[in-house]
Amino acid sequence: MLAKRIIPCLDVDKGRVVKGKKFQDIKDVANPVELAARYNREGADELVFYDITASNEERNIFLDVVEQVAREIAIPFMVGGGIRTTQDIHSVLHAGADKVSVNSAAVQRPELIKESSDKFGSQCIVLSIDAKRTADGAFHVFINGGRKDTGIDAVEWAKRGEVLGAGELVVNAMDADGEKNGFQIELTKKIADAVNIPVIASGGAGKIEHFSEVFAEGIDAALAASVFHYEEIPIPELKEYLSSQGIPMRRKA
Amino acid sequence: MIAIIDYGAGNIKSLQFALDKLGKNSKLTMDPEEIHQADSIILPGVGAFKDAMEALQRYKLDTILKKEAASGKPILGICLGMQLFYEFSEENGGCTGLGLLSGSVKRISDRVKVPHMGWNILQSNQPQRLLHQLGENPYVYFVHSYAIDELEEKTLVASADYGGRVPAIVQDKNITGMQFHPEKSGDIGIALLKNYEEMIS
Repeated sequence: MLAKRIIPCLDVDKGRVVKGKKFQDIKDVANPVELAARYNREGADELVFYDITASNEERNIFLDVVEQVAREIAIPFMVGGGIRTTQDIHSVLHAGADKVSVNSAAVQRPELIKESSDKFGSQCIVLSIDAKRTADGAFHVFINGGRKDTGIDAVEWAKRGEVLGAGELVVNAMDADGEKNGFQIELTKKIADAVNIPVIASGGAGKIEHFSEVFAEGIDAALAASVFHYEEIPIPELKEYLSSQGIPMRRKA
Repeated sequence: MIAIIDYGAGNIKSLQFALDKLGKNSKLTMDPEEIHQADSIILPGVGAFKDAMEALQRYKLDTILKKEAASGKPILGICLGMQLFYEFSEENGGCTGLGLLSGSVKRISDRVKVPHMGWNILQSNQPQRLLHQLGENPYVYFVHSYAIDELEEKTLVASADYGGRVPAIVQDKNITGMQFHPEKSGDIGIALLKNYEEMIS
């Protein structure tokens, strides 16, 4: 039976891990290579890196960090942030990433998903969706770091992403991000029910029970940042708890 | 030296990093002489079956691999690399493989989510040195949409359960295949690569 996945996420800026709330108020946290090694040791099932840097020069620093991290870990490694072209995807894969997540650029030019999954395989193209509930009650897709409402329905976009060739989806619930009140289960479940590819819930994890709630709804994986960075929830304890709840977990041998 | 066949297949760096951890010298290559001189060969692979076969043919690597296989050199195929060992895959409307192993490759049942992506348990189909000391419930990391369908039962070493039986490790003499990614499977993956290296040395 396939295990549910626990995925720590590192937001990397100028070669350092940072953490924000609702995509703002960014603070410095740690050295990404050290943190990645720790997560690998503690039994994380996968690792995610988001590049939140702006300039080309910083992008090169980021690629160096990706390579250093890839050398340290023996678990799947997803990288995203500012990916615009198949060349960007190639650079990140070449630096040692296993999967690349696309977000704003895919909304602006959906063919990017098809072109890149044709070229590199669906298994390494992840569609990351930033979504927020709007005044009419529907969940819309936001782009540009959560600043712009596209008016696109998040569930429809997820379905289209699957058809275009995405191998996996990350659902970032913007309202829940950094609030530690639990994952946005309503939206994540709607999306998971609408597609036949794995779905990763992201945003809102604050306590151990939030993880069992999201897995009980059939979601495949849960992503979190600060609760892991600050060791509020140690991964070995989290996995032990979830296992005791009957949720299939990969445990360290 | 281990020759890792370099035909543009995905993230090969991680495989090299894993072999480094075992103190094994490896080299990415498509040079026939280097491949011939190597102690063993690893055929990696991600992406589509047809593209991979065409790439192998373009560089005449198909012929070289068949020749080295016939000479008894150990060859390990990982993920798509393992699938390429078989006679036929139905991916992209059907494509002939290397034919080093008898059997065929078919899409995973749509009754479960495809791709089969994540950590799944290796179940032993026969006692085998490759599976030594993996502990209870050894989880390894899979990412694939196609799987071995028909095969010779005696070649099946371990399998996983996902929408039916998914062959995970196969072996026939000097040819070994792993459907999952040992280089991405934490300590268990490293242990499997170590067992494999000990077995062939």
